[in-house]
Amino acid sequence: MEAFKGILWREQIDVRDFIQNNYTPYTGGSDFLSGPTERTTRVFSKVEKLLAEEAIKDGVLDIDTEHVSSLLTYEPGYIDREEEKIFGLQTDAPLKRGVNPFGGIRMARQACEAYGYTLSETVETQFSYKTTHNDGVFRVYSDSMKKLRSSGILTGLPDAYGRGRIIGDYRRIALYGIDRLIEDKKADKRRRQSQAMSEDNIRLIEEMYRQIDFLGKLKEMAAAYGHDIGKPAETAQEAIQWLYYGYLASIKEQNGAAMSLGRVSTFIDVYIERDLEAGILTEATAQELIDDFVIKLRMARQLRTPDYNQLFAGDPMWITEVVGGIGEDGRTLVTKTSFRFLNTLINLGPAPEPNITVLWSSDLPEPFKAYCAEISIKTDAIQYENDDLMRPLYGDDYGIACCVSAMRIGKEMQFFGARCNLAKTLLMALNGGVDEMSGKQVGPEAAPMTDAVLDYDKVMTRFDSYLDWLCEQYVNTMNIIHYMHDKYAYEKTQMALHDTDVHRYMAFGVAGLSVVADSLSAIKYAKVMPVVGEAGWIEDFVIEGDFPMYGNDDDRVDRIASDLTERFIGKLKQYPTYRNAEHTLSILTITSNVVYGKKTGNTPDGRRKGEAFAPGANPMHNRDTRGAVASLNSVAKLPYACCRDGISCTFSITPDTLGKSETGRVENLVDLVDGYFDHTAHHLNVNVLNRDRLIEAMEYPERHPNLTIRVSGYAVNFHRLSRAQQEEVISRTFHERI
Amino acid sequence: MTMSVSQLRVHKIESMGTLDGPGIRTVVFLQGCLLHCGYCHNADTWQATGGEWMETDALFDLIMHNRAYFKKRGGVTFSGGEPLLQAKALLPLVKRLKEEDIHVAVDTSGAIWNDAVEALFPYIDLVLLDVKHTNALAYSALTGGRLSHTILFLERLKEAAKPYWIRQVIIAGITDSPLQVKILDALTASPFREKIELLPYHNMGEHKWSPETLPFKIVAHETSDEVIEELYKAIGVTNDAESTI
Repeated sequence: MEAFKGILWREQIDVRDFIQNNYTPYTGGSDFLSGPTERTTRVFSKVEKLLAEEAIKDGVLDIDTEHVSSLLTYEPGYIDREEEKIFGLQTDAPLKRGVNPFGGIRMARQACEAYGYTLSETVETQFSYKTTHNDGVFRVYSDSMKKLRSSGILTGLPDAYGRGRIIGDYRRIALYGIDRLIEDKKADKRRRQSQAMSEDNIRLIEEMYRQIDFLGKLKEMAAAYGHDIGKPAETAQEAIQWLYYGYLASIKEQNGAAMSLGRVSTFIDVYIERDLEAGILTEATAQELIDDFVIKLRMARQLRTPDYNQLFAGDPMWITEVVGGIGEDGRTLVTKTSFRFLNTLINLGPAPEPNITVLWSSDLPEPFKAYCAEISIKTDAIQYENDDLMRPLYGDDYGIACCVSAMRIGKEMQFFGARCNLAKTLLMALNGGVDEMSGKQVGPEAAPMTDAVLDYDKVMTRFDSYLDWLCEQYVNTMNIIHYMHDKYAYEKTQMALHDTDVHRYMAFGVAGLSVVADSLSAIKYAKVMPVVGEAGWIEDFVIEGDFPMYGNDDDRVDRIASDLTERFIGKLKQYPTYRNAEHTLSILTITSNVVYGKKTGNTPDGRRKGEAFAPGANPMHNRDTRGAVASLNSVAKLPYACCRDGISCTFSITPDTLGKSETGRVENLVDLVDGYFDHTAHHLNVNVLNRDRLIEAMEYPERHPNLTIRVSGYAVNFHRLSRAQQEEVISRTFHERI
Repeated sequence: MTMSVSQLRVHKIESMGTLDGPGIRTVVFLQGCLLHCGYCHNADTWQATGGEWMETDALFDLIMHNRAYFKKRGGVTFSGGEPLLQAKALLPLVKRLKEEDIHVAVDTSGAIWNDAVEALFPYIDLVLLDVKHTNALAYSALTGGRLSHTILFLERLKEAAKPYWIRQVIIAGITDSPLQVKILDALTASPFREKIELLPYHNMGEHKWSPETLPFKIVAHETSDEVIEELYKAIGVTNDAESTI
């Protein structure tokens, strides 16, 4: 077979150089694609049967309570050993979940109990001698941090489960083989051992020891399936298999919230092209490999508690795979395998995972744009991110962790930090540190702002000082969490698939941005009068007059929203981070906007106590009244420079509003995404559907069993949402013409 | 009431218009109408005194701000009400838009032709001509206007070789006969007609009727997609969705 081109990637670990030297850009249309083979249909029907059984059993088919999940703790598992093209399951049986108590034994115990299982004595005993990440964090948390956490100002912190959001460069296994990777890590380790033994250096050397140890385990795990991944992959099938073993090992080892895949499709395409040339593959069998790989990804599961599911509904894994984009030399990174990945949504039907993310550039080949739009309209399962905005910052070999977090693959990682409730912080500021729901003193004490009419400047001064205080607490909380995560739940496999010296981000987040922007706009442009309760703090607000609302392309309020992000990141940056990580900020809620709303009292924009927030950076439900373009323009104004961890926008439009004919809808969606990103926007979830269809699916789930929708940064099977979350999704703005 | 040249009376603006012309369009609904169609879904646009004054400069900026979404296909559509009632004030705005190469469409009943409309006419790229009915008596009964005005407007379009789309709302018992639609087709055919669109009547505009406009309202059932499909067949248009001639 023909040898691959290029030199640099042979001398050092450099997957990008390999891709650049060997990939074949594809600028044509989708007409070459193949449907599922009979084998794929047979295997997938087995999987569908298991998925149906899983759904009946409250979403959890089975739990192995005897073992602790890791690379070598289970026998190899199969769906159908004879028929499968790509091997590997997390435990010894499909959809059986493993237990991962490294984040905290209590969570693991509760999760088992929630589904009628009991964690085995063996595991309980083992962990009674072990310090978990959760133990470590709570040894150090201050009272003030605990209060912020329990009041719901800081929520979803990764202090009781894996932090995730780290993408191993799984392609390295295929390109180099494990033996070479071990050799390289050993050389790095020797170099480090010759340096001064500072605390940083000692920690890194120990981490490298653990990385090397787990690379060995990974090789052993693959050997149990009959594969020697010590050597580089030789065929497309091996390339997919090798890199999948890397991913599989990572999700056996870690139960991080978001365990993303990276950017594998164009890498795989190099092998597929070579195999097609050599006659080893046909289009049908090439698609079959991708379909089988995606079947495996769709079966990935972690064991979670019901509380966790409230925050992140529908068992998401955020197996985010980016497709498309443009290279730094101007060639498109779209290949036929980019199409083949999207085609799995047709061959296997719509599904939330993998979380296919299109890196959109105005320069993408038009047929690819049209195909993406067509798939969006058919499946509501993909999201779009602005490659023209990110490429100058991250190069052309970055991936997306979770929903919107960009990072150079194998060179950068992040410390995930969930988010703080900005709307609740505003209420706490107005009430002088009192939690408006519980009446407890949570923040610094001050007199509640009980003036007859709230004064904008005074409110901003007060709010600003509370943001200062909050940011200090938030950074310090994160420092503790990630110190302990490194210490007690270090990601051995994933970090082994990174360069030894990585750049670290510390990713903070805010929820309720549109609520706060509208609240401040009301205080500034209308008359807002606080209603003081018996206890002496503000319980409600009376609003007189109109005020501009975020989501209508009105600078008066859109500037308030942008200013909040600038202010927040500026304040975060005042406080030093663990391992000198770079502070970043996201405007993202996932499905937690419902829970955040539940924990937040009446706000000055007229939102009622308990009412859900808008997701991510979205305008509040139905307040964007000037049409989709105006709504998107408001979101597009939020500065990405301040929100480098991403700005999530979820967009729903009815098919009839998008266009009259199928062709018209595709063209208009392409123009819409082009226009939005031309306004330097960052992210867009696209749903093309009617509200009636969702209402029907809520009442008669059996009529729409596979209904998939984009919520906020991920897609979810509609039926896996709680009733409250379903109702929130239905109450969102659906852009339609009346 | 004096009408300033630099201002337009705007009913509302839809930033994501996909139905009134090609591509993604900013649709500016102007206030005021000559007709009072009994099936109108925007009866609140009739009164010339409704809506709000908007500076044409601000309108220009707003349209330009949405330009990125227009790409090769989209642009701006002036609808209403009857947008050509404000033709004089529209002229400088439309001229500026044409200088920026923005595609401009006008959605009109063709019920008005005067010097101001004539001056504006050369700058319009596409006319969406709504022919309410093809029978003169029925036209007047339905709209309070005259079919002859629309026919005259149509002739101007043909003379000027201006691209146009023909539209008609299909209402049960009023415009839903195949013969009426065939006449519409024959009456409006020319090399410059790009499309004929038959729009099903719906009653989503119910809440927009006021005590002043209500006397004109007719009661009708919503028109089904099947009826529309049959009528398209009657005039030999197979793709009802695109209806390109």
